[in-house]
Amino acid sequence: MTLMQKFLGATAALALSAGAALADPALIFDLGGKFDKSFNEAAFNGAKRWADETGGTFREIELQSEAQREQALRRFAEAGANPIVMAGFAFADALGQVAADYPDTKFTIIDMVVDAPNVRSVVFNEHEGSYLVGMMAAKASKSGTVGFIGGMDIPLIRKFACGYAQGVKAVNGDATVVANMTGTTPSAWNDPVKGSELTKAQISQGADVVYAAAGGTGVGVLQTAADEGILSIGVDSNQNYLHSGKVLTSMMKRVDNAVFSAFSDGVDMETGFQVMGLANGGVGYALDEHNAELVSDSMRNAVDDAADKIASGELAVHDYMSDDSCPVLNF
Amino acid sequence: MNFLALFDLSVLDSTVRLATPLLLACLAGLFSERGGIFDIGLEGKMLAAAFFSAALAAMTGNVWIGLLAGIGASLMLSAVHGLASITFRGNQLISGVAINFLAAGMTVLIAQDWFRQGGRTPSLIGGGRFEPITLPFAETLSTVPFFGPIYAELISGHSILVYVALLCVPGTWYILFRTRFGLRLRAVGENPAAVDTAGVSVIGLRFAAVGICGILCGIAGAYLATGLQAGFVKDMTAGRGFIALAALIFAKWRPWHALWATLLFGYLQAIALRPDIIEGALGFKVQVQLLDALPYILTVVILAGFVGKAIPPRAGGEPYVKER
Repeated sequence: MTLMQKFLGATAALALSAGAALADPALIFDLGGKFDKSFNEAAFNGAKRWADETGGTFREIELQSEAQREQALRRFAEAGANPIVMAGFAFADALGQVAADYPDTKFTIIDMVVDAPNVRSVVFNEHEGSYLVGMMAAKASKSGTVGFIGGMDIPLIRKFACGYAQGVKAVNGDATVVANMTGTTPSAWNDPVKGSELTKAQISQGADVVYAAAGGTGVGVLQTAADEGILSIGVDSNQNYLHSGKVLTSMMKRVDNAVFSAFSDGVDMETGFQVMGLANGGVGYALDEHNAELVSDSMRNAVDDAADKIASGELAVHDYMSDDSCPVLNF
Repeated sequence: MNFLALFDLSVLDSTVRLATPLLLACLAGLFSERGGIFDIGLEGKMLAAAFFSAALAAMTGNVWIGLLAGIGASLMLSAVHGLASITFRGNQLISGVAINFLAAGMTVLIAQDWFRQGGRTPSLIGGGRFEPITLPFAETLSTVPFFGPIYAELISGHSILVYVALLCVPGTWYILFRTRFGLRLRAVGENPAAVDTAGVSVIGLRFAAVGICGILCGIAGAYLATGLQAGFVKDMTAGRGFIALAALIFAKWRPWHALWATLLFGYLQAIALRPDIIEGALGFKVQVQLLDALPYILTVVILAGFVGKAIPPRAGGEPYVKER
């Protein structure tokens, strides 16, 4: 019995030390799934870019349920992965409990702030990027009514909506912004049928540009917008190619840059609070061959001008999450 | 206050689209439960059908092959359910739950293996989708006051599966209440021993019920993925199978009632998309969450016996054992 215990102990120690010696970085995707053509996929692209450039390897896991968050974190930490990057605000609670147990492991959480000495919290100024695409929506709209379709009704998504509405109003003070949320449960990220119906409902209210910040639900929004002949705006990743010539632009949230820099910094990563905004290339709008014809020079100049002003601090976009209210949009 | 605004044509149009998958799934559950087999696997069957219809439609570019594949996939799961709960007399609820889990995992896994797009199918184009059908004279009649727009916008312009679903209602009624098969099917759900005494195969009838359920769920899933959408996204049924079950209870296991129940639930979902109309009509804001929850609240009210009594088929949920 004691011999057996020794053996087991030895194997366990060996496994642990082997894992620690490798110190591969690890990436944990949220429930939306690795290839959601949006947030998680952007995270994956960043990790892949790092792997391609450095020749390194990384570990990854796609969560299937809420209950796996802490489990996945602990398993990676036990296996010696360092740093561990998690894509999604929903990891905050799990990380808050786990971080202190592994003081030598560095963690990066995206979209949420966790206050621990070994955690880097990356947040994006989505309201700034949304402001820019809102300006473009208002310039592209002929009816003066534009739409916003969010996924799950959480403050983060309201932050998108609020920034967007401010951008719209900056161009056209009389414009109407119709904002809908898909739902209040996580299934709201994966309900393209409801996304489609919301798009049709917004079209019947006169909207001719819709901005989808809704994960998998956005697939239905972009599809219906293309079918019905109106413009749509993608989110997180560059989604212009999904319906070439029918997606006005995409609000790019450079999650890939955040993951890339965390992986590149490796075990010596600086922890603390990091804001990725227009000033440091954290957010932006997508311009490529798929939407080149939709974006006029004047539109581009106006948006680039606003981007410069926001980056320099001359123009401040209100952040919904700072005071849980939006001056131009009523939820 | 303008209550008529609540019945805006665009809302009703949306109602028809949202109610169709519910109606098909509800009728599917109706056949199964009338035959004495409870089926909470409607959701899973729809999901599997949605995936396989989209996958095959994407590969072949032919939506009809997709529809057949969807029905086939749903039938396979029905066979599993039948095998577990009829042949091996297992617990029907557990088998149904298992089917839901199986479908949720299997669809994403196969989708990832086949298409490498993260558990979704490529977007369907051209012949890979069910296009809306414009009924004859829709254009010319649309100028006729009142009925013209209703015909052109509400009745015309849906995909063919919507009309199939609507035709299934009188079809179901006829089969259940006007044919020998229907009589036996209902009897097998109420008193299988009597059917057995009459020399009719209980097992055969129950498999037939589960099979019809599979076909209807298959159509419902195919409608979601190839009619309403242009492809499959993981978990895209988003609980519609369970709302259909609630509608089935609400309809007290009757075909025409099922139509009204699913239209009501579809309407509640559709009006929830238009908070501006509600506010304009009623003069105050109604929480969207309340509207989303209303189908369930109504079902509980019905179950509690406030509005008539909902009595399920008596032999439902029990495997049939011949007396020895």
